[in-house]
Amino acid sequence: MLTIAQVYPELLGTYGDGGNGLVLAERARRRDVEVRLVTSRFGEPLVDADIYLLGGGEDGPQRLAVSLLREASFRARIDDGATVFAVCAGLQLLGTSFSVEGDDEFAGLGVVDAVTRRGARRAVGDFVTVVGDTIMVGFENHGGMTNRGDGVAPFGAVQRGRGNGDGHDGFRANRVWATYAHGPVLALNPWLADDLLCELLGWKSVEPLASVADRLYNERLRVLTRRGNRSPHRPGRG
Amino acid sequence: MTSRRSARTWLAVAGVRFGNWASRRAGRGAGTVVGGSIGLAIDRNLLGKLARGRTVIVVSGTNGKTTTSAFVAAGWGAPVATNETGSNMPAGHVAALVRSSAVRVVLECDEAWLGAVLDAVKPAIVVLLNLSRDQLDRSSEVRQLAERWRRALEHTSPTTALVANALDPLVVYAASAARRVVWCAAPVAWTGDTESCPRCTAAVQHDASGWWCECGFRQPVATSYLADTDVVINAERCPLELALPGSFNRGNALLALSALEAIGVAPRESAGRLARVHDVAGRYATRRLGEQVVRLLLAKNPAGFGATLADLAGAGALWIAINDHVADGHDPSWLYDVPFEVLRGRTVWCLGTRRLDLATRLWYARVEAAVVDDGLPPVHGGVTDVIANYTAFRELLEASEPC
Ligand SMILES: [Zn+2]
Repeated sequence: MLTIAQVYPELLGTYGDGGNGLVLAERARRRDVEVRLVTSRFGEPLVDADIYLLGGGEDGPQRLAVSLLREASFRARIDDGATVFAVCAGLQLLGTSFSVEGDDEFAGLGVVDAVTRRGARRAVGDFVTVVGDTIMVGFENHGGMTNRGDGVAPFGAVQRGRGNGDGHDGFRANRVWATYAHGPVLALNPWLADDLLCELLGWKSVEPLASVADRLYNERLRVLTRRGNRSPHRPGRG
Repeated sequence: MTSRRSARTWLAVAGVRFGNWASRRAGRGAGTVVGGSIGLAIDRNLLGKLARGRTVIVVSGTNGKTTTSAFVAAGWGAPVATNETGSNMPAGHVAALVRSSAVRVVLECDEAWLGAVLDAVKPAIVVLLNLSRDQLDRSSEVRQLAERWRRALEHTSPTTALVANALDPLVVYAASAARRVVWCAAPVAWTGDTESCPRCTAAVQHDASGWWCECGFRQPVATSYLADTDVVINAERCPLELALPGSFNRGNALLALSALEAIGVAPRESAGRLARVHDVAGRYATRRLGEQVVRLLLAKNPAGFGATLADLAGAGALWIAINDHVADGHDPSWLYDVPFEVLRGRTVWCLGTRRLDLATRLWYARVEAAVVDDGLPPVHGGVTDVIANYTAFRELLEASEPC
């Protein structure tokens, strides 16, 4: 039984982020894995899950989410073996601090050594990064610039868009996956959803699952890497 | 028109007329935006000057603006000046006020322009329908928009009354800054943006008395509401028959009738006129598209889609077209906020520039989907419902004809 928890969608779920949970659950179910897709609402105890999905959010709700997750000992759950897939505000609140709205600095959960400050302007637009040896396509819409501490690996290398603001996107630390590609990035990148499933289920590889999602990925790849990209084109999977 | 106007205003009005004429001549539609922009470039206070001495009702909100404006115009029962082409920013408002000198005015207003338009036209009534996520890559986030509305409404003139939806916490948050508010209970189809309190961010609770928050922020008592097949407006009950489908449109009608009641038009007179509204800028109309008879429906965000899907009973095929041009927003992530699961058992034909995003969303929802890369889907018997977002709707409207 694989339990997937969408965390506080009332606070963190601005851009169709619930899609990531749906995609992960469906890709597991269609391979005969028994899945429980649950929503942790605030005001209720945080459910026990194998993976927690954190979405994007506006600033006030983001700060409330931090205090609720701190009360729920979120950090200890990761230490105990839970995986986290976070986007946007979800990424920022996993770090040591963030100041997004105005210049006031707020303490994050401190799961990862990373500091987010407000950028001069919002980054809104198509987003392309290289994760491992595969191109990830997506969309970003955020105002943050994130500095990783020494030894914290990025999630990907930015080819198009801003990401953390230093040529890299997000971070990858132990069981924490975090990217600025908001919304249903797992819907746009079925290979990434499958990589995440492999990690969760301890699989070395996964049976292909043909669907229109593969066509979507190839189409976005074609559109987004056709022009305006400075790095050489690397072949994508899928 | 009046001799009191300055030479600059006269020139600006002439500019609007010229722009509209030139644009029509070039075959580029009614040209409302072109003419209005010329006029505003010559006299940036033109909108306020054109509105002076007229009774203006402004309608804003994420969904239902065009339909509600059409209801207000129809229910008024006299000639009105209105921006019925849906050009809902100041250039479109200016064009509408130059095109018609009627003293009664209905202006549909883009949410982001509400403050500027209120300052300029000093309306008698502002109708606030709802607020939810829409084109998030373009406009600001929805809570920020509510905050901006609130600031704008704090300074409305004492002669302006608000007619606002009590069931939408974001609208209530913005509207409670105003002096005079008529609260209406119009159903909201989607609550994804109002589960967290707009005032304090705690969880919004619901019980028999409506929504409330532990901070004390709660649903106001509505004096206008729907009651079975009737409406009750300020203690007056009368039947409401609409040609347009859906409970969402009954809510729009409720707000329109309440706005008219607030300026002295009795609901028993205005309500009967709404049944004459059969289509709104091509929406809901039955048309011929190629060989297929279709009914065109516009939905461009999760709340609008939710309301439309809820009203679409039936088991037949459905066409859905999703584009990602500038007017649509370039990011279709919101498709994952739409409850497409209700379509299980039906076949959806996917059209538009983001048809693959739609088909993928449907695959994950376990809804049968077919991608149409060229032309139109095969012809079905009967009338097929077609849901399209903004530019896709316009394309389908232009490609089809009345039948
Ligand atoms: Zn509250």
